[in-house]
Amino acid sequence: MRIAVLVKDVPDLVEELELDESGRGLAVDDLSYVPSEWDDQALEEALLLKEASGAHVSAVALDTGDVDNMLYTALAKGADRAVKLVGDYDRTLPGRQRARILADYLAGAGYDLVMTGVQAVDDLDGQIAGLLGGMLGWPHASVVRDVAVDSGAVRFVQEYAGGRMAEFRSSTPLVLGVQAAKKPPRYVPIARIRQVSRSAALEEVEAGGSPSESLAAIERLYRPEAQGHATMWDGDAEQVAAALVALLDEQHLRS
Amino acid sequence: MGPIIVVVEMQSDAMSPASAELLSRARQLARAQSTRVVALGFGEAARGALGSSGADDAFLAAGADAYVPTQAEAALRQVLQETAAGLVLLPNTTMGMDLGAATAAAEGRPMVAYATSLAAVEGGAFKATSQVYGGKLVAEVAVPEGSVVTVLPGSWPADEAVSGTTPVRDLVVAGESPMELVRTIEPDTGDVDITRADVLVSVGRGIQDPDNLELADELAEALGAVVSCSRPVVDAGWLPRARQVGKSGQTVKPKLYLALGISGAPEHLQGMKDSEIIVAINSDPTAPIFEVAHYGATCDILELMPILTERLGGAD
Ligand SMILES: Cc1cc2nc3c(=O)[nH]c(=O)nc-3n(C[C@H](O)[C@H](O)[C@H](O)COP(=O)(O)OP(=O)(O)OC[C@H]3O[C@@H](n4cnc5c(N)ncnc54)[C@H](O)[C@@H]3O)c2cc1C
Ligand SMILES: Cc1cc2nc3c(=O)[nH]c(=O)nc-3n(C[C@H](O)[C@H](O)[C@H](O)COP(=O)(O)OP(=O)(O)OC[C@H]3O[C@@H](n4cnc5c(N)ncnc54)[C@H](O)[C@@H]3O)c2cc1C
Repeated sequence: MRIAVLVKDVPDLVEELELDESGRGLAVDDLSYVPSEWDDQALEEALLLKEASGAHVSAVALDTGDVDNMLYTALAKGADRAVKLVGDYDRTLPGRQRARILADYLAGAGYDLVMTGVQAVDDLDGQIAGLLGGMLGWPHASVVRDVAVDSGAVRFVQEYAGGRMAEFRSSTPLVLGVQAAKKPPRYVPIARIRQVSRSAALEEVEAGGSPSESLAAIERLYRPEAQGHATMWDGDAEQVAAALVALLDEQHLRS
Repeated sequence: MGPIIVVVEMQSDAMSPASAELLSRARQLARAQSTRVVALGFGEAARGALGSSGADDAFLAAGADAYVPTQAEAALRQVLQETAAGLVLLPNTTMGMDLGAATAAAEGRPMVAYATSLAAVEGGAFKATSQVYGGKLVAEVAVPEGSVVTVLPGSWPADEAVSGTTPVRDLVVAGESPMELVRTIEPDTGDVDITRADVLVSVGRGIQDPDNLELADELAEALGAVVSCSRPVVDAGWLPRARQVGKSGQTVKPKLYLALGISGAPEHLQGMKDSEIIVAINSDPTAPIFEVAHYGATCDILELMPILTERLGGAD
């Protein structure tokens, strides 16, 4: 089974999200970025598949900025190959256009299974697994866990609301949006990533420029207007505890 | 404008509340744009719900009784091609995430995900707002005619009463499905039913280490409460799935929901925002949880929990 895991980085939500001057986008150069957490889950699930049934795993990233470290990390974790799709684009590339570039590459690259995170915090124009499935005309499913190889086909479980799930079996090629791996993503020490970055090479593949895709344009990006912001209790933990106990008493919620 | 297509999802033999919400808004939008509402459902079990959906027309893709992503997508694409749809609405659930992006990409239609509001504008287009960046930002988006929009469940109320009968047409979907259903899996009910608790002490990734769960257990005991959690706590294997609140977990409405170290991502809020009183403790003052909480504080939960337990006369 030849597996491609698509990885990207996204703005770190722990930091302040600065807007740009137009008010329609983020000030991309002023933000700090972290690997998208669901892509990490997809990579882990692929590595577990490799360990269970001998798959060949490639990590694939679009070169929209500083993706080398993410790719070296994937190699250090156990990926067999790291592919960087290079071209004339940057972080502002809309998801739909990213998907088109990835689809054009994946169409001829010989993978059986494409795994990516179920969603990303910035994919307001559609989740990448679905976009790719639609563009490639391949079967696909989102919100997936427990992926297994089953005599040339792939089995997986899809999650629904309220904890209901269903298991499916699909022929390949197939695209899966992974919600969670069987185990929490593995950790590799930074020293190991550095070592890999000195010994291993990233494979660069020339991909096209910004393709045309039908767009729905952002007119304004803003912080939610506090419709009913919480009444904030100031002070240290002692004072907050006192306020909470007073609330419990007032509401007759103490057992 | 072509009709507004609403993809209907079933939930234990009835139409899901999110689908009813979409149909209500679709009827208003159709009136504004002088067009019709066409509902699409999957599986024989959906026939009754489609008939009383309040839509002008409905398609039923029978065949498999359960939802199969590839078959559902083939059915939706067939409806879009037959009707020249002016707008396609899906709930932003697993089904919507499967079908929305794929159909938009395959049919060359624009796509807007995570919508929480949707209105008609003059000239036959629409305007939406979407929750992005974990709910930290809102995007106001111009939605061209023909777009596919997935809407977060609970974004607006559904109409109470729907009158009339909708004619339901059977849709025969051609072609073999590369994907087959192996089995459905019912929820694991676990040791406690968090949907029945009056008070929930709910912990998120802010708990940092499984050893700290003891602090939450002690607090819950002192409060006569039950411990619930956000999804990452379950994915890390720290608490069982039956304790998870949110989109892919349980929907809860306790008298008091105490959110400790939970950021308030849309998928979490979906499962608890109707709680009677929400108290959130989160060190980040910009955390979206404070948008839905009634009371909040930014102190450290690891410091707060033992103090609170002690004040409540527990664990000494
Ligand atoms: C809710 C929501 C839904 C969205 N839906 C979509 C969607 O369906 N499809 C999508 O691609 N993006 C979508 N986006 C992304 C959004 O449209 C882009 O981020 C935005 O257009 C970029 O605007 P800009 O002014 O920063 O850049 P722009 O300068 O407008 O463009 C960025 C890039 O897009 C190209 N471009 C601009 N307009 C077009 C066009 N009409 N056709 C082809 N290429 C064009 C430009 O060449 C450039 O490379 C959506 C965003 C939101 C918030
Ligand atoms: C299809 C799908 C379904 C999903 N379903 C669910 C679901 O059912 N339920 C769910 O919860 N999520 C669900 N998610 C995941 C969701 O998107 C978020 O990732 C998740 O809710 C985040 O959990 P969290 O708030 O615990 O973690 P984080 O977002 O990491 O937040 C942790 C918070 O703790 C605060 N914090 C850290 N340390 C402290 C401290 N010492 N004191 C006080 N505060 C502290 C931080 O400021 C931060 O805000 C789903 C996602 C997808 C894609």
